[in-house]
Amino acid sequence: MSEVSGAIRTADEFEPNKATAMENTKISADKVQVYYGDTHAIKDVSINIRAQTVTAFIGPSGCGKSTFLRCLNRMNDTIDICRVEGRIAIDDEDIYDPKVDPVQLRAKVGMVFQKPNPFPKSIYDNVSYGPRIHGLVRRKSELDDIVASSLQKAGLWEEVKDRLDSPGTGLSGGQQQRLCIARAIAVSPEVILMDEPCSALDPIATAKVEELIDELRENYTIVIVTHSMQQAARVSQRTAFFHLGNLVEVGDTQDIFTNPRDKRTQDYITGRFG
Amino acid sequence: MTDVTLTTTPASEPARSKSLLEIDERTKKRNAAETRFKFYGIGAIGIGVFFLVALLVSILSNGLSAFTQTSISLPVPLVQSEIEAAEKSIVKTSKYRDIIGAVLIEKLKTAGVSTDMDSKKLLQIMSSGAPGALREFVLANPDAIGTTVPFDFLTSSRVDGYFKGRVTRAALAEDKNLDSAHLDIVDQLKEQGSVTSGFNWQFIFGSDASDSRPEQAGIGVAMVGSFYMMLVVLCLALPIGVAASIYLEEFAPKNRLTDVIEVNISNLAAVPSIVFGILGLAAFIQFAHLPQSAPLVGGLVLTLMTLPTIIISTRASLQSVPPSIRDAALGIGASKMQSVFHHVLPLAMPGILTGTIIGLAQALGETAPLLLIGMVGFIASEYPSGVFEGFLSPNSAMPAQIYEWAKRADPAFYERAWGGIIILLLFLMTMNIVAIILRRRFERRW
Repeated sequence: MSEVSGAIRTADEFEPNKATAMENTKISADKVQVYYGDTHAIKDVSINIRAQTVTAFIGPSGCGKSTFLRCLNRMNDTIDICRVEGRIAIDDEDIYDPKVDPVQLRAKVGMVFQKPNPFPKSIYDNVSYGPRIHGLVRRKSELDDIVASSLQKAGLWEEVKDRLDSPGTGLSGGQQQRLCIARAIAVSPEVILMDEPCSALDPIATAKVEELIDELRENYTIVIVTHSMQQAARVSQRTAFFHLGNLVEVGDTQDIFTNPRDKRTQDYITGRFG
Repeated sequence: MTDVTLTTTPASEPARSKSLLEIDERTKKRNAAETRFKFYGIGAIGIGVFFLVALLVSILSNGLSAFTQTSISLPVPLVQSEIEAAEKSIVKTSKYRDIIGAVLIEKLKTAGVSTDMDSKKLLQIMSSGAPGALREFVLANPDAIGTTVPFDFLTSSRVDGYFKGRVTRAALAEDKNLDSAHLDIVDQLKEQGSVTSGFNWQFIFGSDASDSRPEQAGIGVAMVGSFYMMLVVLCLALPIGVAASIYLEEFAPKNRLTDVIEVNISNLAAVPSIVFGILGLAAFIQFAHLPQSAPLVGGLVLTLMTLPTIIISTRASLQSVPPSIRDAALGIGASKMQSVFHHVLPLAMPGILTGTIIGLAQALGETAPLLLIGMVGFIASEYPSGVFEGFLSPNSAMPAQIYEWAKRADPAFYERAWGGIIILLLFLMTMNIVAIILRRRFERRW
């Protein structure tokens, strides 16, 4: 009898929480461990990432925030010695399930890298490559539409509409990074992962990209790794602080920056280490 | 204002121990070492350039004479009865020789050159291939019978050598084939313009000739043999090599087995080429029963030899493609293969092409493996009659032909060996230039 009531109580306790979590949790990670050979790079990280929200990962260099980010679209698969344990689910589907093809996953979870890395092809080809390989279009006109709308969403359309045939590598650094964002958007992902997208950009280009991230939040779930705490404060609604492979603290950005619960977080955001 | 400068100057003085205008001992030593090293470098390059120039000068001075050839022009009346008689005899060319002999004596008479030599002795100034050439013409042009046709017959290699300065009158005292008297005759004929020297097309387009007729020998057929071999090498080594390197570089798991394969490929690149020759003999000729001396077999052997070169250079150029490009492709959901074929391979193309062409150039100049599969010493006297025969009928290759000529006693062959080297070098140079142009054209920046 007591067992039963206990069970009921537990269910009661978790049900409301679960309901709200289910409502807007896009990605949930549970006890994730990442090993590089013998190195334990990510230790026991559990986090829920909300949909239509910008979540920032901050922390000192080598704390594992990029590693964890790359787990979210299985980019770590390309590293032979890397091993991931635990459960990471997107829309409650385990992305490390053997049935999941990482190629399909990466169409759903796009990625923008630290260094702008457009293909050495034309601007048009850069953006149209994704839709083409995923067979999203049947006619050239549809492709043209996708290219135009992706570039518009990335705020690059006005600058490049007259020279779509010129090489993407000829653009400035900031434009290249927005081109990479357009390229990621073109395959209509649901999540966009950004690995320090502004670290190679000057302040003006950075401002543009940040503005863009804020606009993209409406339609996409965005996870951004950044070294700049100002940037995290500017663009994100949620912030997670990583330290030495541990997820120290996660919460609303405002709370993390004004009222951190953990001493390490406080030390980091006040600039005492890192 | 002045006050400020005065007060700051002494303040900075204690920190400065020495004037920058004086060079201290240590710096002097370092500078001297640097200067010395520069001189060593210049010296090394100088020695290299010296040897290169010496090599080129010796090749050109020995080989250029192969590109000219002395010939004697004779108008030959093709008399119906004489030709019929010649065709009826058993040794047909001997009758044709008599015809030419008669014409030659006639020619000397009209030219006012007096000689007491008989027709047979006199014909020593002409190539022993002349009657054959005459007969070939007659058979090819039966309509010409009854007319007088002007012919340019090759002179014998010794007469040719005399005009090129290779043969001296003193040396002819030892020679039973030619006397000084012959030279007097050709000297006079040369003055009259009957003996002329022109560009030696036969050397470039002709086939090899027997020991007694070096003036007829050409490298053309061997060139065709080399061409078919290179075709085999290109068609096999490029796809196999590129596929192997893409697999090893992009797809293969990194484990002990792939490590072993990797090490062995590097080792194969250093295996002496004659080993590949004996492997080819055992595998392709003795086991697979492919025809001996065929360019197909030569091509297969050279493919084995070229593969490691192509694999190593292809892997190096794949490695040099920045990982960010792969990440970019994978990041938008390209499969591994799409990322390789759409992005990595195009960027690696210049390196792959360069490696392939350099491998081909290496194979083009390779002689040792051809020794073992019978492509040296075989004299193909005719061009292959078709593409199929081109691959399968016995033939030689340019370096093998050069080796063959260099072995022979007659200095006229020796001259042709050098000439062949010039042609081979021209081919290699062309291929390397093509490699450079392709690399420039395909090179893309990222």
